[in-house]
Amino acid sequence: MVINDSSIFNGSKVNYKDKTINNCFMLQRTARGETINNCFVLQRTARGNNMSQIIVENLVKTFQVAKRKSGLWNATKGLIHREYNTVNALEGVSFKLDAGELVGYIGPNGAGKSTTVKVLSGILVPNSGRCEVLGNVPWKNRISHVKNIGVVFGQRSQLWWDLPVIDSFELLKDIYNIPEIQYKTTKDELVERLSLQQILEVPVRQLSLGQRMRCEISASLLHTPPILFLDEPTIGLDAVSKLAVREFIKELNKKHGTTVILTTHDMDDIEALCSRVMVIGKGQILLDGTINEIRNTVSKERRLIIDLEQQITEISIEEAKVVKVEGNRAYLDFNPDKITPAQLIWNISSKYKIKDLFIENPPIDEVIAKFYGEFKI
Amino acid sequence: MKNAIKLYLRYISVSIQSQMQYKASFIMMAIAHFAITFIDFIGVWVLFDRFGAIKGWNLPEIALFYGMIHMAFAIAEAGARGFDTFDSKVRTGEFDRILLRPRSLVLQIIGQEFQLMRIGRFTQGFIVLCWAMWSLNNSLSFIKVMLIIISILGGTFLFIGLFVLQATLSFWSVQSLEVVNMVTYGGVEIAQFPVTIYDSWFRKFFIFVVPLACVNYFPAMGILNKTDPLNSPAWLPWVSPIIGIVFFILALQVFKFGVRHYKSTGS
Amino acid sequence: MRAYISIVKLRFMLLIQYRVAAIAGICTQFLFGFVRVMVIAAFYASSTAIQPMSYGQTVTYIWISQAFLGMLPWNGDSEIQEMISSGNVAYELCRPLDLYNHWFCRAFAQRTAPTLLRAIPLFIVTLFFLPEKYSMQPPNSLASFGAWILVTIGALMLSCAITNLFNISMLWTISGDGIKRLLPAVVMIFSGMTVPLPLFPTWMQPILRILPFSGLVDTPMRFYLGNIKPSSIVPFLFHQFIWTFVLILYGKWLISRGLKRVEVQGG
Repeated sequence: MVINDSSIFNGSKVNYKDKTINNCFMLQRTARGETINNCFVLQRTARGNNMSQIIVENLVKTFQVAKRKSGLWNATKGLIHREYNTVNALEGVSFKLDAGELVGYIGPNGAGKSTTVKVLSGILVPNSGRCEVLGNVPWKNRISHVKNIGVVFGQRSQLWWDLPVIDSFELLKDIYNIPEIQYKTTKDELVERLSLQQILEVPVRQLSLGQRMRCEISASLLHTPPILFLDEPTIGLDAVSKLAVREFIKELNKKHGTTVILTTHDMDDIEALCSRVMVIGKGQILLDGTINEIRNTVSKERRLIIDLEQQITEISIEEAKVVKVEGNRAYLDFNPDKITPAQLIWNISSKYKIKDLFIENPPIDEVIAKFYGEFKI
Repeated sequence: MKNAIKLYLRYISVSIQSQMQYKASFIMMAIAHFAITFIDFIGVWVLFDRFGAIKGWNLPEIALFYGMIHMAFAIAEAGARGFDTFDSKVRTGEFDRILLRPRSLVLQIIGQEFQLMRIGRFTQGFIVLCWAMWSLNNSLSFIKVMLIIISILGGTFLFIGLFVLQATLSFWSVQSLEVVNMVTYGGVEIAQFPVTIYDSWFRKFFIFVVPLACVNYFPAMGILNKTDPLNSPAWLPWVSPIIGIVFFILALQVFKFGVRHYKSTGS
Repeated sequence: MRAYISIVKLRFMLLIQYRVAAIAGICTQFLFGFVRVMVIAAFYASSTAIQPMSYGQTVTYIWISQAFLGMLPWNGDSEIQEMISSGNVAYELCRPLDLYNHWFCRAFAQRTAPTLLRAIPLFIVTLFFLPEKYSMQPPNSLASFGAWILVTIGALMLSCAITNLFNISMLWTISGDGIKRLLPAVVMIFSGMTVPLPLFPTWMQPILRILPFSGLVDTPMRFYLGNIKPSSIVPFLFHQFIWTFVLILYGKWLISRGLKRVEVQGG
């Protein structure tokens, strides 16, 4: 492929023969003493615009877990005969992801989130079902599959504990066989975006949790994978680090077209980042849609908060439920299908003097908790 | 292939860097390791001091066996530590991380934790070996040196194979790994003496099942220029160390089977 | 006092659970014992000189010392080591218990539970199921047996004191495996595990007698075999007691100094 105008590249998309090619890099390479410009390393080709990157069909996974009972008698019995419990971790999970999607994957503990991620990364083989990631079956073509993915486990580290961060990066460079120039470009960009300059020389064990997580994310992206699995990346992070990580993920997805699956309990992360959310419970996908769809499934109610001029002793409004009253402030829940916000405000202002008002959705955590409750998960 | 070697060397240098962070501790450990393993030889010496000989073999001859097997084991201990501590990798989830990297599993595991301090055992084995050759008034020809080196290499591969089998066990249970000590540390103790002193059934096990004799006893017959009481063919000393390498390759297949099992049962 | 009893009980129950490890341990020790017995058999067959112990006695010595390996202070409490290297030991200081006593109780459980699991099967097998050439002999007399029990209890206390010193030494070297590696070797050779002490050269006997380690294995063995008459039990009990006492005092002093140095690493 010969392209003359090279200025449009370096991390951007290119259209070539009606296919979109993400993340092109321009390299200068020296061959036999001559500098050759305009060489391209194409990271990966999208197989046509309409094909899904990740295909999951009817995944089923069961575990046998040994029963352990307490007490000396049971411990002795256990010497002779072991009993097992069957755990159905996944009971027919199916979904499809296209390139460049940023998807949230939520569910209560034990719902099957980590099991799904493990199957997708190829660590776990399902009992039945089909799974394809960029054309590879994760547990069958291990080496070609893992080249395409980056994984961040919130609780476990992939960096070498005693070594400075940069040494871990260099080692990963060798493990992934990343060409020198590409490594430098990617690393510099990651260091800048995640503000790692000060901590590159620090041994990993001396880093704070926020610093370590930023390094973890960088480490998982050094080989510029088209797909990124994030498992609880913001757990335990302070507010500043959380925002930094969020911003970074957003930009990564937008600018580089990296497909991201985000597993988390932090609903603020989901709200900030994900247009699409999958809710899993008891091994099954309960909902695959937007945050608003979840809200609407639980209840369409929205919340109106009004500050009145005077102290409120008692307040009642037609078609609105008073949730709480605090001094001048009243919290009202209403269903926009039954009464529009405008109508409601009109009703209130005809009776009371409004000083200030806000309309918001009920807190997402409440919504999710209700959602789980409705599905009894 | 060249890439793999480059990666392995980088792994080793990273390991050494890590260990050098605790320099004083490393020196003490190497010395301690020398002392501990040398105690094995003291045990042997005490017995010879009291009894004089064991079934026709004298101390310098035993020292030859001793030196070779300890050197082989020391290299295996240093190089394959990753397999020795494999059970912790499974427990902590580090093995998952290894599965997520686009390189051969064995290369990644063997590369980690190159234990420099095992040089303690290697050194004392080397010293004992040198003393043995000197005491035996054995002329050191090039051929003999080659034979010594080949048998040590064969022994190294054998022991690494045993470590691999031990690691494979941890896919099923992290509690029973001690069993393999029987043939690793136990194997070293057994091979310190020529297999002729053991009962026939015991001897056969360590020739045909865990072929310690092939990497130690039979080559030693060639080095000592002794006619084998077991009547083995004259070419055997040269061929038998290879059995150690074969053992290692077989062990790797078993490990692959273990990985498959791990992937279907999860952690 | 109740707190200490429940500490022992809890830890004991936990350690009893490791059934697979116990079986593995029994197999391992059986093999090591068997190899040593075979080697000793070969040595005895090679010399007609009169030895300080008869062949049968030596075999018994080897078997019983293997059976009671768990009681030897050859390792420290791994949980305590982890606590120290992670810094979590600081939490232990918040408890209303004397730390030395707490750890001593843990050591007591650690030295008894695995031993019980392994010694009983080993005794049964080696006493009743081995061919006479390799089997263990019963105690010399009822009085000898009684003396043996007493001295074994003394050995247990001594072992706990040494084990606790082991744990306390961890407070000094976070990554320091130096002592961790040296102590087991020292214990092994000077207690009589590697080679029965009576077989050591005559000039070494006084030194071996004075060191505390002989009280761990050698002293009980002498009584079991009737080598020493049961009536002479007092000086040996005294030897054990004195060393235990000294080591406990030293341990208590050491722990208070060690705790001052506790560094908490990590963010």
